[in-house]
Amino acid sequence: MDFKIDVKNLDLFYGDKQALFNISIGLPEFQTTALIGPSGCGKSSFLRCLNRMNDIVPNTRIQGQVLLDGRDIYAPSIDVVELRSSVGMVFQKPNPFPRSIYENVAYGPRIHGLFKNRRELDEIVEKNLRRAGLWEEVKDRLFQPATRLSGGQQQRLCIARAIAVNPEVILMDEPCSALDPIATAKVEELIDELREKFTIVIVTHNLQQAARVSQKTAFFHSGYLVEAGETGALFTTPQDNRTQGYITGRYG
Amino acid sequence: MRSVWLEKFVRSFFFLCTLSAVVITIGIMASLIGEALRFFGRVSVVDFLFGVTWAPHILPTGEAVGFGAIPLFTGTALITLIAMVVAIPCGTMIAIYLSEYATSSLRQILKPLLETLAGIPTLVYGFFAVSTLAPFLQSIAELFHITVAGESALNAGLVMGIMILPYMSSLCEDALHTLPTSLREGSMGLGATSFETILRVLLPAAFPNLIAAFLLSLSRAIGETMIVVMAAGLAANLSFNPLQAVTTVTVQIVNLLTGDQEFDNAKTLAAFGLGFVLFILTLFLNILALYGVKRYKRTYG
Repeated sequence: MDFKIDVKNLDLFYGDKQALFNISIGLPEFQTTALIGPSGCGKSSFLRCLNRMNDIVPNTRIQGQVLLDGRDIYAPSIDVVELRSSVGMVFQKPNPFPRSIYENVAYGPRIHGLFKNRRELDEIVEKNLRRAGLWEEVKDRLFQPATRLSGGQQQRLCIARAIAVNPEVILMDEPCSALDPIATAKVEELIDELREKFTIVIVTHNLQQAARVSQKTAFFHSGYLVEAGETGALFTTPQDNRTQGYITGRYG
Repeated sequence: MRSVWLEKFVRSFFFLCTLSAVVITIGIMASLIGEALRFFGRVSVVDFLFGVTWAPHILPTGEAVGFGAIPLFTGTALITLIAMVVAIPCGTMIAIYLSEYATSSLRQILKPLLETLAGIPTLVYGFFAVSTLAPFLQSIAELFHITVAGESALNAGLVMGIMILPYMSSLCEDALHTLPTSLREGSMGLGATSFETILRVLLPAAFPNLIAAFLLSLSRAIGETMIVVMAAGLAANLSFNPLQAVTTVTVQIVNLLTGDQEFDNAKTLAAFGLGFVLFILTLFLNILALYGVKRYKRTYG
């Protein structure tokens, strides 16, 4: 099977400290892969390796390969900026820019020059707000500050902002941890719809959420990938004791 | 029981300390206003604020003439403008470098160094203006057959710009550095470069705080005295030519009060009139800066 992203023998170091050990995993196209595990297990660090977000942190170093469509994203010939436009990211805390709702969605298309005139930009903004299920709620106040939206709306705006640059992969780092249950349900519904067009990787602390939104699940522990497989199978018949212990709530 | 009594005592004592600061400030303002009012009893406010001739003297008839403060305010404005033209772009760029590009170890060296510059007495900057920059400007101007006065607005303004640069860049750096990392990550995660992130996200987000930094620096430049006393001159020319000597409000206050003076004639009282206007001006700028930041925080915070 061909994977959208194929990670081979990945080690990650923050200074002298090793955060990830020999991770190998394939992420299937047009599926959602959930990364689960106790706090500090390296799942967020792993996620940030996939769009080289760790490059921003000083003194990080990686070994191994991360192949996107067969190309190593850590190869010297790779343009990080271009990479990040094809691997988008949604963060734990909604982080809209302190500008208007419109400008938040228009930001990516603007920097990447994805439109010819204002009318095209308007269309891009509308299309992506619709895809994020936010259009009906904000269409009358596109030019108000994005920071006045509720937390759940802000997070859906951040998703609209991320998909407006036409990425192939979307990374989500605990996207619902700051949201209430209703907003969470909306975002989960959205994730399920987005799977038709995008490959999604989501880090979550919420096991039910992992079970609901993902087709594949990977369990991380202390920097190691303990087990990965089809979500249903991993939750019902885990192969490893640590996975068993975590999903049955014995620790984590 | 002892601890309760002590607690009460300590609390009252600290309250008195705080109160005394407020009372002293009010006292200073009251004395300034009192003297200013005495001045405005002898020279009309309109003549003072809108008169264009500054040559204060008292006629044998007892009439006070030549108290038009416009040339002083234009001189202050011209020099301050030159200073801001130097300090705003340089200060912002220094701040951007320190906050966004410098490694943390480099920042730990550079920032204290910059803040040391802020501790240099302004007198030293004045020496620099007179002994180094003025001859330099004159020799440059000679190449183009232009005459520059030894004491010029340009000279004073440039040095004043250098003087407020550390203060300004430190405030601007704070404005940028306190922005949440999530903004940077959000932008970089969309494939923006560092520079695009700075230009399109960080500077707009920090804008109100940057404006506050500019206003605080501006009010500091307006009140600055020593550099202009040494470098700008005494001649009250109503001129916007930066190559000419101009004088400022602060220089004239010094001039009016230097030497043995009785505080009962219009000339010495004029210093309080000038001081009062200057005080109102800088107070207004500071309030504007604080209010702007607060308002912004309500909208976006």
